[in-house]
Amino acid sequence: MVIRSAPFRRPGAREKGEWALFALLVSPNLFLLAAFTFWPMLLNIYLSFVEVIGFGDGAETRWVGLANYASVFSDNVFRKVLGTTLVFTGACVLATLALGLGLALLLNQPLKWRNGARAVLFTPNILSGAAISIVWIYIFDPRYGLLREILGWGGIASPQWLNRPAWAIWAVVIVYVWKNLGYAVVIYLAGLQAIEKALYEAAAIDGADSWARFRYVTLPGLSPILFFLLVTSILSCFQAFDIIRVMTQGGPINSTNTLVYFLYERGFERNLPGPAGVVSVVLFVVMLILTILQLRFVERRVSYT
Amino acid sequence: MQLDTPITTVHPIQLVGQRRSPILRILGYLAMLLAVIVVGLPLYWMMVASFKVSQEIYTVPPTWIPIAPTFENYPEAWAAAPFTRYYMNSLITTALASFSKMTLALCTAYALVFLRFPFKNVVLILILAALMVPGQITIVPNYLTMAKLGWVNTYQGIVLPNCATAFGTFLLRQYFLTLPHEVFEAAEIDGASHMRRLWSIGLPMARPAVATTGLFAVVSEWNDFLWPLVVTNTEEMRTLPIGVFRLFDQEGVQNWGVIMAGTIFVVLPVILLFIWAQRYIVDGIATGAVKG
Repeated sequence: MVIRSAPFRRPGAREKGEWALFALLVSPNLFLLAAFTFWPMLLNIYLSFVEVIGFGDGAETRWVGLANYASVFSDNVFRKVLGTTLVFTGACVLATLALGLGLALLLNQPLKWRNGARAVLFTPNILSGAAISIVWIYIFDPRYGLLREILGWGGIASPQWLNRPAWAIWAVVIVYVWKNLGYAVVIYLAGLQAIEKALYEAAAIDGADSWARFRYVTLPGLSPILFFLLVTSILSCFQAFDIIRVMTQGGPINSTNTLVYFLYERGFERNLPGPAGVVSVVLFVVMLILTILQLRFVERRVSYT
Repeated sequence: MQLDTPITTVHPIQLVGQRRSPILRILGYLAMLLAVIVVGLPLYWMMVASFKVSQEIYTVPPTWIPIAPTFENYPEAWAAAPFTRYYMNSLITTALASFSKMTLALCTAYALVFLRFPFKNVVLILILAALMVPGQITIVPNYLTMAKLGWVNTYQGIVLPNCATAFGTFLLRQYFLTLPHEVFEAAEIDGASHMRRLWSIGLPMARPAVATTGLFAVVSEWNDFLWPLVVTNTEEMRTLPIGVFRLFDQEGVQNWGVIMAGTIFVVLPVILLFIWAQRYIVDGIATGAVKG
């Protein structure tokens, strides 16, 4: 993005009027962002260094230095949460990006009804995570669920999806991939449509077979989109909450407890704003790094066009 | 290219796609059908179960089409939890937050593109910085703020943190930059004030981007779960996603038909919105990624 600034001149009355209008138009948005986005972030940093006794008006705070950081980082549950977040994110991102690419390549073919298919694939993405998690609990039910029936066709017994630590994480991954696959397909398809048709023509004239066209035209053309999807998918997995809250409450035995759920549980169910502040700061640092990577990418794209 | 090879005009699309054996084409359609079935099945299952009587839910193997379809689950779900109230709360909070986001994004973006101001870059950088703070990590401090203001369990408590938008502002700013400046300059020469230009030229011309901002806001407010969950504490103030979760908690796994009817109450408005405005939603997402 290009940020232009005019050379400095002595402002006239007209310009001052424009400044006032600018302030008027911009300040409500900036005020709300300051109050509910920037201020909370500063408060999080403050909270991460204090102990809060009580919650609400009568609360007292006591400076504890790095004690909250020490307690969170030496907490075995937090270490497990970090590991679970990484496994969850890794599995979801890999599955979403791979399946999404396959489906986008398929829908990029001149097939009839492909717009309808794209709409169906995208639908789960815009539905309430809480509501669809309840539907999936019913589907995963090991006695009467749909999945038990489908696995039964192959002679496979249904696992106790949500009651076993080894299975619960995969149940959550399945729902998350199901919900986000359509988003990846839409983005990939937009990327595929943006690749110059002439490149394929040229490659075909040079005798490239379909694999070579994919390898040397499609993949390089798609690489910025792949990067964008990689970053946005990681960000969205790190923020996962509603599906985990409804389906597993982080359990069994913390097997599906990821960072945001841990933050919620420390902050609200255990009334520990200090440790919640530490987790918020950790999450913020991760997001910051990823978002800067993404913005740099956006900047590059915009200056190209 | 050698000169003696016959030149056949081949359409580029044909080169890429259609020069395929019929078997591949059939496989393509089968794969597409399979993907649609796999992704659509949970939604079909939700709908089918909402029309099943209790005994049919617990038959093994399950029935794919209800043997004795019933509508009873819907009134029963509606009566089992205060859904009228949930709907009202969801409609009010979604409408307020979305309207606010569209308005504020439009005003801020117009000011950033068409008005002069000495610290414009600082404002823009602040907006971009806000993009990096996800709502999830602000819940504890925002809860403390609302508690201090006495706004826990109120509409302003649910809505205010979702009223500003960095994303919408950025989207609209990028859109305004692509609009022809001549139109705005001509209006200026004709003596139209900035507010007039914003309202009569900026808004109509940026309608697709405003619609995208609004639709994204509606979908995300309607589905928002974490913030309303922590900032409300009575049935009167719950929104739909929290409400259906409470219904599920109450009914447990006793009555799936009723619970599925409840989940349909939550998702149906969004599905209808998507059918009506699919083009704006899908295009909006795609342009966000491809054009940046």
